[in-house]
Amino acid sequence: MTSGVAIVGVAQTCYEAAKDHLAYNELVYEVVAKLLRETGVKMADIHSQITASQDMFDGKTISSMSVNEVVGGYLKSEAKVAADGLQAALYGAARILSGSFEYTLITAHAKESESRRPAVTVSMFDPFTQRPLGLHDAISSGLQAERYLHVSGVTEENMAELSRRRHLDAKKNPLAQRAGDFTTKQILESPQMAGPLREMMVSPSSDGACAVLLASAERASAFGKRAVWITGTGNCTDAYWTERDLAEARALELAAAKAYKAAGIRNPAKELDVAEISARCAFEEPMYADALQLFDGDPRAWIRQSAKGEGIAVNPSGGAITGNPTSVAGLTRLAEAYLQVSGQAGEHQVAGARTALAHAADGICGQGHTVVVLRGNSGN
Amino acid sequence: MAKTDEVIRVPFLMKMEYRYALGAYASRFFQELKDHGRLFGIRCPECERVYIPPRPVCGICFVETGEWVPVSDEGVLVGATVVRLPFIDPMTGERRPVPYGMGIIRLDGASTAMYHFVDETDDAKLKVGRRVKARIRANRKGNMRDIECFELVD
Amino acid sequence: MPQKVAIIGTGQTKHAAKRTDVNIRELVNEAVTRALIDAEVQLDEIDAIMIGNMEPFEGFMFPEHWAVEGWGGYLKPSVKFNTGGTVGTTTIAASYYYIAAGIYDTVLAIGFEKQSDGHTQTAITTVGDPVWERTMMAGAVGNFALMASTFIAEGGVTDEHAAKVAVKARHNGARNVNAHLQMPDLKVEDVMKSELLSWPVRKLDMCPQSDGAVAVVLTADHLAKKRCARPAWIRAVTTAHEQQYMGDSPKRLAVMRSQTAASRRLYKMVGITNPRKELDVAEIYEVASWAELAMYQNLGFCEPGEAGKLIDEGVTLMGGELPVNPSGGVLCTNPIGATAMIRVAEAALQVMGKAGEHQVPNVKTALATGYGGNAWTDAMILSASF
Repeated sequence: MTSGVAIVGVAQTCYEAAKDHLAYNELVYEVVAKLLRETGVKMADIHSQITASQDMFDGKTISSMSVNEVVGGYLKSEAKVAADGLQAALYGAARILSGSFEYTLITAHAKESESRRPAVTVSMFDPFTQRPLGLHDAISSGLQAERYLHVSGVTEENMAELSRRRHLDAKKNPLAQRAGDFTTKQILESPQMAGPLREMMVSPSSDGACAVLLASAERASAFGKRAVWITGTGNCTDAYWTERDLAEARALELAAAKAYKAAGIRNPAKELDVAEISARCAFEEPMYADALQLFDGDPRAWIRQSAKGEGIAVNPSGGAITGNPTSVAGLTRLAEAYLQVSGQAGEHQVAGARTALAHAADGICGQGHTVVVLRGNSGN
Repeated sequence: MAKTDEVIRVPFLMKMEYRYALGAYASRFFQELKDHGRLFGIRCPECERVYIPPRPVCGICFVETGEWVPVSDEGVLVGATVVRLPFIDPMTGERRPVPYGMGIIRLDGASTAMYHFVDETDDAKLKVGRRVKARIRANRKGNMRDIECFELVD
Repeated sequence: MPQKVAIIGTGQTKHAAKRTDVNIRELVNEAVTRALIDAEVQLDEIDAIMIGNMEPFEGFMFPEHWAVEGWGGYLKPSVKFNTGGTVGTTTIAASYYYIAAGIYDTVLAIGFEKQSDGHTQTAITTVGDPVWERTMMAGAVGNFALMASTFIAEGGVTDEHAAKVAVKARHNGARNVNAHLQMPDLKVEDVMKSELLSWPVRKLDMCPQSDGAVAVVLTADHLAKKRCARPAWIRAVTTAHEQQYMGDSPKRLAVMRSQTAASRRLYKMVGITNPRKELDVAEIYEVASWAELAMYQNLGFCEPGEAGKLIDEGVTLMGGELPVNPSGGVLCTNPIGATAMIRVAEAALQVMGKAGEHQVPNVKTALATGYGGNAWTDAMILSASF
């Protein structure tokens, strides 16, 4: 590939319930400094930056203003997407493919600890008919879970099995927030959130940041095995949550089809070695894995298999369910997919991983989806 | 169904609570202000600019900042105005009283400037180039309002 | 090789202080429908949609998700941007890069704001850093007054110069059917006698708060030539940011580092050495009368200290050597999430020869700028040929 885009490095903070000791610029500088140190790239050579954050979570109009200096934006071309950081990565890749930039630095940040999630997320809902009901995103997720369980036959026990496995895998990821060897009983008996969802089936409130450095083919050649190619991308927006069947993820099917086609993938379940899927809630994972064609048939069978660690490796990092902030979660998936196919995932490395998928969801009940397929330079 | 030209607007009051972390740099600045009533900036080792607010990195040189340096509680007005337009203050949810004086103030020893109140509401007196001095409160809490305002001193 | 990118159609709503006759979904739909008709493009020919909006102004997170049917985004790729006043140009820049990269061929870019749904001055005050700046922030007016004071202190501009800019904008706006403020009879004395909001800024020196939306259809060269007799080509795009805090560039308006850097970079990209002579029209994000004067110098239309002379000599009036904001500019229309994109749409109308009553004759090269956040700049050059 001579005209492609590669990831040449990633950096993440550890994910925590509350990073009370860090201001936003310090939080993001931590990952930027780490990324520059590890890649050896100088900020003077980076002229393009895309950041991702949400004004409502940050409690600041133009939330990127807190970080544009520490991402090296002075007199340079920084732009902010008000969506998941994986969308920022797609835009960053476009900037490089346009021939205008050789590098693009992508960052995403959020500190969910600084606001009250229900007060923030109520503002996603229809102002005329839904906000008066006091809706927030835990409630809409509960409604969606109820609908998905009804249609798919997936049970609360299935969700607990999957959640148990992801929290167990997270023990091997030093950056993970909520990790542990929990029993399904503990998960099923954790406090009820909404509908069938229990606390241990939903991502906890999380603070953190992630950075990814994208490079042109020419620049990437100097990075050897640490350069990982973006071979396919897709993005799609669905109807508003009350105007579609919440048991389906049609937008994700379309986004994935586009990414697979570009990457030349015909049978994702066989050809992908790892999938990092943004699932804040346990039921989202089988729903999204289905839309991504990671299994065929009964989601209950896939859950039982995946919970035993069989089949395609899904969320070996533990996944978003163990705690990744809004806006950051999808970029974290990309960083983790990168670590896997470049053989740098440490204790949670999937042996021989060469092709990986990263996914992000945006909006109420996954209204927007983004998919990226990566391919490493060689097996490991 | 009745035909109507009347349009309806739905009120929605948002009560947003945040708990902002100051971080290492602001914490140190405000601790010093609270304990000793003194103001500090942080120097870029490369271009030697002294930054207020202090920060982890000099955006111009993109190098980590280094030494903390004291700056004066006196400075000069780089910009000045008397605000007369009332608006809802997001810090309180209440209408902020007007008029009040404001300035962009560069403290002696600092390279950057800060926005603050100036105790003057006469447009003829509140002018760019005039010298100002911080009125630091006796009872300090460790935030920007520990500087009550600036006053004209020349 | 990157694809060349052209604008082949635009659409704007009728901008107004309060569009209580429509909700966000319907407001956006109005602009999108007009843009698709103008470009003679069907929705199924649009590959992706890019949206700019500032959530805190309406108190609405992901308003574009709620309004998806209004802008035709159902089952299409889309991405939302939020960079303050610049967001409209940021969104066009993104559309440009995606098409240049060959990822999409045809993109619909949308900017909107329904300021009357929220509290504008309050949302602008929360631009201030919560720890360092917010208790002292005084909305857009106080901020611009402070900035203007730095500029006046440098010398060369008076209240009368600012008033002349305000009058120019309102007279131009009176010939633009979509403009919010329509004041064909405004006089310099009226501006100078209008209410003092915050010295030196008077009511008529300031932009209004508007409800409005804009949509722009951009496409790759192989389609542009087929679809449009005279497209507006995007020749170059750039962005320059500032440092983190408001006081980091103390002179703010008098010396706008980002605008100087961005414009010089842009001129170099297209080979412009004398912007006043080589540009045929400029649609700039001026926010206040005083800002436009400062931007004349920052954008290189004149030497520092000569901005007053430029307006006195009528250089930037309709019929002048370099008309600035024939649309009436931000001083007539300011739905924040749309404002910068309106600059691009208006520059495109000029290049395409479709500006109607506010058309500048024979426009070949146009400048459009966005301004926002901590005094940062987006800028682009539109041209009749590539």
